[in-house]
Amino acid sequence: MQSRLPILVFALVMAAIPFVPGIPPFWIVLLDNIGLSALVAMGLVLLTGVGGLTSFGQAAFVGFGAYTTALLTTAYGLSPWLTLPLSLVVSGLLAVLLGLITVRLSGHYLPLGTLAWGLGLFYLFSKLGFLGRNDGISAIPPLSIGSFRMLDPGSIYFAIWVAVILSALVTMNLLDSRTGRAIRALRRGHVAAEAFGVQTPRAKMLVFIHAAVLAGLSGWLYAHLQRAVNPTPFGAQAGIEYLFIAVVGGAGYVWGGVLGAAIVVILKEVLQSYLPLILPGSGQVETIVFGIMLVALLQLAPGGVWPWLMSLLPERRGGKKPDTSLKLEQRTRSRAEGGVLLQVEKARKQFGGVVAVNNVSFDVQAREIVALIGPNGAGKSTTFNLITGVLSATSGAISVLGKRVDRAPPQEIVKLGISRTFQHVKLVPDMTVLENVAIGAHLRGHSGPLAAMLRLDRADEAKLLAEAARQIERVGLAEQMHQLAGSLSLGQQRIVEIARALCVDPMLLLLDEPAAGLRHMEKQQLAKLLRDLRDGGMSVLLVEHDMGFVMNLADRIVVLDFGTKIAEGTPATIKTNPEVIKAYLGVAA
Amino acid sequence: MNTTIMLFLLQDGITNGAIYALLGLALVLVFAVTRVILIPQGEFVTYGALTYASLASGQMPGTAKLALAMGIGACAFELFVARKALHGRLILRSVLANIVLPAIVLTLTIYFAAQKPPVAVCIALSLAIVAMIGLYLYRIAFQPLAHTSVLVLLIASVGVHLAMQGLGLLFFGAEGQRGPAVLSGAFTAGSLRFTGQSITVYGITVAFIVGLWLFFGLTLYGKALRATAVNRLGARLAGIRTTLSGQIAFLLASVIGALSGIMIVPITTLYYDSGFLIGLKGFVAAIIGGLVSYPLTAVAALFVGIVEAFSSFYASNYKEVIVFMLLIPVLLLRSLAAPAVEEEKD
Repeated sequence: MQSRLPILVFALVMAAIPFVPGIPPFWIVLLDNIGLSALVAMGLVLLTGVGGLTSFGQAAFVGFGAYTTALLTTAYGLSPWLTLPLSLVVSGLLAVLLGLITVRLSGHYLPLGTLAWGLGLFYLFSKLGFLGRNDGISAIPPLSIGSFRMLDPGSIYFAIWVAVILSALVTMNLLDSRTGRAIRALRRGHVAAEAFGVQTPRAKMLVFIHAAVLAGLSGWLYAHLQRAVNPTPFGAQAGIEYLFIAVVGGAGYVWGGVLGAAIVVILKEVLQSYLPLILPGSGQVETIVFGIMLVALLQLAPGGVWPWLMSLLPERRGGKKPDTSLKLEQRTRSRAEGGVLLQVEKARKQFGGVVAVNNVSFDVQAREIVALIGPNGAGKSTTFNLITGVLSATSGAISVLGKRVDRAPPQEIVKLGISRTFQHVKLVPDMTVLENVAIGAHLRGHSGPLAAMLRLDRADEAKLLAEAARQIERVGLAEQMHQLAGSLSLGQQRIVEIARALCVDPMLLLLDEPAAGLRHMEKQQLAKLLRDLRDGGMSVLLVEHDMGFVMNLADRIVVLDFGTKIAEGTPATIKTNPEVIKAYLGVAA
Repeated sequence: MNTTIMLFLLQDGITNGAIYALLGLALVLVFAVTRVILIPQGEFVTYGALTYASLASGQMPGTAKLALAMGIGACAFELFVARKALHGRLILRSVLANIVLPAIVLTLTIYFAAQKPPVAVCIALSLAIVAMIGLYLYRIAFQPLAHTSVLVLLIASVGVHLAMQGLGLLFFGAEGQRGPAVLSGAFTAGSLRFTGQSITVYGITVAFIVGLWLFFGLTLYGKALRATAVNRLGARLAGIRTTLSGQIAFLLASVIGALSGIMIVPITTLYYDSGFLIGLKGFVAAIIGGLVSYPLTAVAALFVGIVEAFSSFYASNYKEVIVFMLLIPVLLLRSLAAPAVEEEKD
C-alpha cells in the first residue's frame, strides 16, 4: 500500500528524541500520553473511520486492560509481562461479549449502545469492591527487564512507542489485505460485500475486537506508567475524547489517529499551562477554549487534519501493476452441455400487500444469454435479489444446478458460482479500482486476519490481485486500475462492477442494467465481452432497458410486467408479441 | 415494601420521567431535522435553571451577556456567508435579530436583576436568553457543518458541550442553586401529596407534547421541518430553507431544555454540570423511542424515570448502571425487530 520508508524514519526520530540534550522531561511525559491515546485512537480509526462502526465505549476497554494488570500484579503478584497477554485477552473477550450484543445494532443505535455500556461499565468500575471502588488500585509494580526497572516516564517511553509503531504496522497490514478490503467495504453497507461472500457480522466483530485489544494494550501501559488506576480516566468523557482524537486526526487514516492524539494532547496541555497566564483567576477557561477550538477545527477540516496535510504533499499514485502470470484455482465445472443452470419456479415476493414478483418461472441454460426486460416497476431487480439471496422469496422455488437455494444467504449463493452487479453502483469510492475488483475474489483467497497482520498472506494476496488485474484488463479498464473508484464516470463504474463479478469465476453472471450510462462504442465493446464470456462457457442473465442492445445480444428474452411474466422467447418473437408491445406502449398496436 | 413507598416512588419517577420525556422529545426533534445528536441539551437545562435561580435571588446571570456575544458572532457569520450579495435589508435584519434583540434582553435583565423580579419575569427572561443562545449556537457551530457526516456533527456537539459546560462554571460558580417554586401550594390525595410544582411539571409536559403534535401536524413550518427530516435535498428542491428548519429545531430544543431546567430547579439542587446526566437520561428515552417516535419517547421517558426512582431506592449505588444498561436489551430488541436495511452513509 504505502512505502515503509516514512515509518522507519518516524521510528528513528521517535527513538532519538529522548537523547536530544536538554529536552525537558515534561515533553517525554506528553509524548507518553500521546502514545497511549494514539493506540486507542488507532483502533477507533479501524472501527469508526474504516469500518463505519462508531464507538463511545473504547475507554471501558482501556479500563479492562488497566484493571486486569493492576489487580493481578498487586493482589496476586504476577509479573507485568505475564499480565500483558492476559490484559489483551480480557479486553478481547469482553469485546466479543459486548460485540455480540452491540455490533448487530444498525445505524445510530450502535454509537448510542456503546455510550450506554461505556457509562454503565464506568459506574461498575467505581462501585466494585475488589477494584477498589472510587480509589482504585495503587502500588502497581513498574515494568522491568532484568534489573532495569521502568520507573520514570523516560524509560517506559520506549515501551509505549514500540507498541504504537508495531500496532500501526499491524493495523496497516490488516487494512491492506483480503480481510482489510472486506472491512473497508463495510461502511458502504452490507449488500455488496455479502454478495461476494464476505461474512459481514464476522468482519464487524473482527474490527471490534482489534480496536478493543489496542485499547487494552493502552490500558496495560497506562497502569504501569501511572502505577495506579482509578475509574476516572475510563469514563464516558474519555470515551468521547478518544473518538474526537480520531475524528480530528482523520478518522479513516491510521496515522491520523497518532496525529490526532498529538494535536489533542498538546492543545490541552498548552491551554492548561498558558491560558491562566493570559486570563488569570478563572476556573475552566481551558475547557471552553478547547471546545471552541475543536468546533473551529472541524469547520476548517471536516475530514480531519491528516488527509488535509497529505493533500498538500505532491500526489504519488500509480501503484505497481500486479504480476498477472499468477493464477488462482478455477472452479471445476461439471456442467453437461445444454443443462439447466438456474431454475426459477413460481417465485413470488410480497411486500405487505404489494406483489412485486408474481409466480414467475423461467430458466437459464448453460452457455446462454437471457435478458429480463419490462417497464419500470416490473419486478426485475426484485427477481435478481431473490436469485442472489438478498431477499427471500415468499413462495416458490429457485434452484442452481438442481440444488434449492431460495433460503440460502447471499454468501452461500455466490459460492455456487452466481455473481452479480447492482442497478445502483455499490463500489467503495475511496478504494482503487484494483482493490474494489479484488473484493470479487474474496472467496478465492484463504488468508485470515492474523496472517494479514503478520504479512504472511503475500503469496495468496498476489494471486488475488493478479486475478483482479486480469479481469480489469479483460473489461478494458487497465488504464484506470489505480484510480479511486469514486473518480470514474458512472458508466465506467458499472464496468468495474462487471470485473468484480467476474473475479468470482462465475458460472452465471447477473447484470443489472450494465449498459446504462455507456456510450455507443462502449456498449458495443460490452456486447462483445458478454458474447466472448458466453462462448467461453459462462451464462449471463441481464436486466436492461436499451432494446437495441438486448435484441442484438440475448439468446432468449423474458418479459415481466407488474411482477408477472407476460412473454418469453427469442428476440424476433418478442419484438412482434402484442402483449409486450401493449405493456411498453400502453395500447394494442 | 408497602404501597405508600411504592406510590411515592412511582410519583417521583413520573415527575422525573416527565422531564426526561421533554428532553427526549427535543433530542428527537433536533436529530431528525439536523442529524445533530445534541449533547449540549443538558447545558440548555442548566442554563435555563441557573439563570432562573440567579434572577430570582437578585443576581445578574452571565448567560445574558453570552447571548449578546454569541449574537454578535452569529451576525458576523451570517454577513460573512452572504458577503457576495449584501444588501441593506439583509444587514438590517441580521443586526436586529442577532445584536439588537439580545442587547434589549440584556438591558432588561440588568434592570430586573437589581430588584428581585417576580417569578413570571424570571421565567420569561430565562427562556428568552436560553432560546437566543440555542438559535445562535446553531448558526455559529452547526450550520457551517450541516453538510458533514453524523460523526463529525457529533464530535462538534461534544466540543460545544465542553465549551458551554465550562462557561456554565464561569457564570454560576461551582455551588449548586435552587429556585423558587413556579406554583406554590400542595394538596393531598389519599397518602400522596401533590405539590404545585409537580402538577406544573405534568401540565407543561402534556402541553408541550400536544403542542408539538399540533405544530408538526398542522402548521406549515412544522411540515417543513418534517420534510427536512425525511430528506434534506428533497426539501430544498421543494423550496424549504433547510437552514431555517435547523434554526427552528434548535430554538425549540433550547426552549424545551430551559423550561425543563426551570421546572426541576425548585425540586432539586442543580450544579453547572448537572445537565449532562439529565440530558443523557432524556437520551436513553429518545433511543428507546427509536429517535423517531414522539409518543414512544414519552412513554419510554416515564419508564426510565420510574426505573431510576426504584433503583435509587433499592440499589442506589448502582442507579446509573441500571439506567444505562437498560438500553442494551432495548437496542438489541429494536435491531432484531428491524433488520438492517441498506443505508447510504455519508
